[in-house]
Amino acid sequence: MNNLHPNLQLTPFPTAIPAWQAPIVAGDLQLICHKVRESGGRLVAIWGRDRREAGFVLHVLLLTQTGLLCLNLPLSRQVPSYPDISRIFPSANRMQRAVYDMLGMAALQAADQRRWLRHAAWADDSFPLRKDFDAQAALRSDLDDYPFVRVEGQGVHEIPVGPVHAGIIEPGHFRFSVVGEKVLRLEERLGYIHKGIEKRFESSTLQQGAKLAGRVSGDSTVAYAWAYAMAAECIADKTPPDRALWLRALFLERERIANHLGDLGYLGNDVAFSFGFAQFWILKEQVLRHNAALFGHRYLMDAVVPGGVSVDLDEAGKKVLSEECAMLTREVQLLRRLYEEHAGVQDRFIGTGRVAPKLAAQLGLCGLAGRASSQAWDMRVQFACAPYGMLDVQMATHQNGDVAARVNVRFDELLESLRLQREIMANLLGTGDLAYPLASLPANGFGVGMVEGWRGEVMVAIHTDAAGNLDRVHPHDPSWQNWPVLEHAIIGNIVPDFPLINKSFNLSYSGCDL
Amino acid sequence: MYQIIRQIIKTGIKTEAAPQSDESLRVTPAHLQQQILDAFGGALSIRLVDAGSCNGCELEIHAVNNAYYNLEGLGIKFVASPRHADMLLVTGPVSRHMEVALKRTYEATPDPKLVVAIGECACNGGIFGTDVDNYASCGNIANVIPVDVAVSGCPPTPVAILQAILTAISPEK
Ligand code: SF4
Repeated sequence: MNNLHPNLQLTPFPTAIPAWQAPIVAGDLQLICHKVRESGGRLVAIWGRDRREAGFVLHVLLLTQTGLLCLNLPLSRQVPSYPDISRIFPSANRMQRAVYDMLGMAALQAADQRRWLRHAAWADDSFPLRKDFDAQAALRSDLDDYPFVRVEGQGVHEIPVGPVHAGIIEPGHFRFSVVGEKVLRLEERLGYIHKGIEKRFESSTLQQGAKLAGRVSGDSTVAYAWAYAMAAECIADKTPPDRALWLRALFLERERIANHLGDLGYLGNDVAFSFGFAQFWILKEQVLRHNAALFGHRYLMDAVVPGGVSVDLDEAGKKVLSEECAMLTREVQLLRRLYEEHAGVQDRFIGTGRVAPKLAAQLGLCGLAGRASSQAWDMRVQFACAPYGMLDVQMATHQNGDVAARVNVRFDELLESLRLQREIMANLLGTGDLAYPLASLPANGFGVGMVEGWRGEVMVAIHTDAAGNLDRVHPHDPSWQNWPVLEHAIIGNIVPDFPLINKSFNLSYSGCDL
Repeated sequence: MYQIIRQIIKTGIKTEAAPQSDESLRVTPAHLQQQILDAFGGALSIRLVDAGSCNGCELEIHAVNNAYYNLEGLGIKFVASPRHADMLLVTGPVSRHMEVALKRTYEATPDPKLVVAIGECACNGGIFGTDVDNYASCGNIANVIPVDVAVSGCPPTPVAILQAILTAISPEK
């Protein structure tokens, strides 16, 4: 990694995955990003921090072939601006706009300077994550007026959808420009469920923060709670007991199993194959019921805590899960065959919502959708944190990048997770400590944690202040990368296929709106 | 086709008995006439509005549609537009960015209508706090639109959600 730039002074993070940080100057930012991009690396996240008299800091987290690299760029109090990197990493566009909305740190010469997370609920010139933000004084109820890009031409018309959608789904606005049935352009607008999560972390204790992290995106509660715990453990330089790590992996795989089962059911439903919905949701319900019976929560909220886990699995529980595993493996294989042999289903899946590998690489598509377009990244494989290093996870990839490919990757990952669950249980022998208590964190610490959630890489960064309290916490959802790609996936498809394409990605709103 | 039918027969009927209504969930005294409640009870249409949830509550609302809870078997279904709905299920704290959309959805729902608040956040702002301590939140649902029945839980179980819906369409005891 040292060959990225002669000035790069790397310090390793004591975290469970290979990760380094380095202070840089503004003039080097684009150069380093270019180098990382050229060597096949990706952008993970961008966030800012208000350090009062010391000015601001911009953090740019990159993923290279050797691990994570966090660039720390100090900015002056008076002019907190930095060079635009959205020309190098297109996914930086919305992240940079969010950094401006939250902290007033601007990306110089960025092509798109529209607001992103801020609609009109607080004053244009106040920034919630600045330490002197006065919520009462900043309150506004202005009319929201977002400059959508207009497509002109004969026969072109617009279909505005949302924020309240037709299904049971989170809110967001989609603006389709269509000719007849065919979509020429889709523009997304999110931020409707921005609920001040990052600000809220700043007044939370370490333990409250863990609960909050587990509610950034409810369907990925284990992934967020683990990433948060990993970041905290990185600052404290502590490793949880082995048993806790095995249990975390068990929970994370169960989260993946539950979500894939649910989405595979809905994908059937979206092509009028309601048999698929009924069957998969019976299976999902059984997983959730076992979670409730064995771990006290259907979605495993609050099961991962800083320092370890809060619940154990005994021999009787292992037996229940082994039987569940055998049943699921059998049923999923059968249902997969039925999906694959059903001409009507395949006709709707194949070729729909295609993201070619080249486009996926260019735009930084990640997670399961990325793997369905040949983007072979899986944290459990390349940068396996314990216990994944001992599990030999088989990565699922596909090159077609259409709905069918995403369905295939889900089936492969589902069956792989069931295999992993069996292996994990074989390693959960006897009893042992569930956690090494982590009451508070050292002062002025900085830690990162990242795990492969069912949707893709979930990252949490924590900074502590001079008293060891949470000074700044930034959770990052892989949907930041993937939402803009969905805009491309729909081009040339017909409007009625949008729900299907959308479901095949199933991106998070809450995880990005924060 | 043969395989699909075989699987359906093998699966059998999973649906469990529906729960009883629960008066303790009622926050506003029942205000609809018995005749209307009877009509709702036979075929109720629901529109979901996520006003700022973490998506956890939505997962359980999806689950009430599965074969075990079989909401549609009770004559209750989710519809695509508030204009077709008799009841709004609302989740989350109300984010300030969703305040207008929630009010408009409420106004677009024809009278007589019922509102059921789903989850801890919908009841009291939950972990995200309220308008008092969070610049981006309006707090609980009742701060923005009138609520008939509210059920807590993070998220509430499908049985609790069913119970809340059934309470709203039952006469007050
Ligand atoms: S009650 Fe819990 S599950 Fe529901 S929206 Fe709030 S945090 Fe999420």
